[in-house]
Amino acid sequence: MAGPMKMRATLGQGYTDVRVLMTHPMETGQRKDQDGKLVPVHFIQSVTVKMNGRTVLECQASQGVSRNPVFSFRVKGGSKGDRIEVSWLDNLGETNSTEAAIA
Amino acid sequence: MNSIRRALTAVLVFGLVKPLAALAAWNKEAFSAKTPADALKTFGIGNATPSKDLSIDAPQIAENGAVVPIEISSAIPGTTALLVVVDKNPFPLIARFDFKEGALPYVKVNLKMGETSDVRVLAEAGGKHYVATKEVKVTIGGCGG
Repeated sequence: MAGPMKMRATLGQGYTDVRVLMTHPMETGQRKDQDGKLVPVHFIQSVTVKMNGRTVLECQASQGVSRNPVFSFRVKGGSKGDRIEVSWLDNLGETNSTEAAIA
Repeated sequence: MNSIRRALTAVLVFGLVKPLAALAAWNKEAFSAKTPADALKTFGIGNATPSKDLSIDAPQIAENGAVVPIEISSAIPGTTALLVVVDKNPFPLIARFDFKEGALPYVKVNLKMGETSDVRVLAEAGGKHYVATKEVKVTIGGCGG
């Protein structure tokens, strides 16, 4: 169920721009399927961003974030080759993570 | 002997549990709140001061409420957290971002809006709270189907 993630970390001026895409349905629990039944709520609850193994950002999210969420974050400093890791956990306990080096 | 062991175990358990509890757990109460005030109360946010140092970049008119791009950032020194609230959504609290040492108080994200509403961004800095508001008009809602 946990689909692929894509991430890009690029150097800006004095910061690193981290752009990450997560594949996730982000069901609100209010949408009905073709048979008129409610689709159960299913969404990413928390996102963690790490740089070289150290947590720099923690996010708690609700079903109000769009489907297949795209987040942009900014990390201070950073240099080429530093490792950025992003992981998420949803309300059904599914999880996924991705790692990339700053380009 | 036994009491020493028990004391040691207690120390060990506390040592392990504390860092876990310190991790921001998903605040169920806040995210299931139906009004913005209730959601913010669970984080201990009552009256927030309006601030011009908080910026919200969002479209004035969103054609599709299922994907409303917003870009938020804070120029308030010592900002440790940003919260996004859509006043008229069924569950108004969208997200809370906690910035540790090393992250800039900046986030870009897409959110869903059920109808035209105020989008509120709150910042936490040095125990104080600040707020900025922007209205986004929605022509097609994104919460139903």
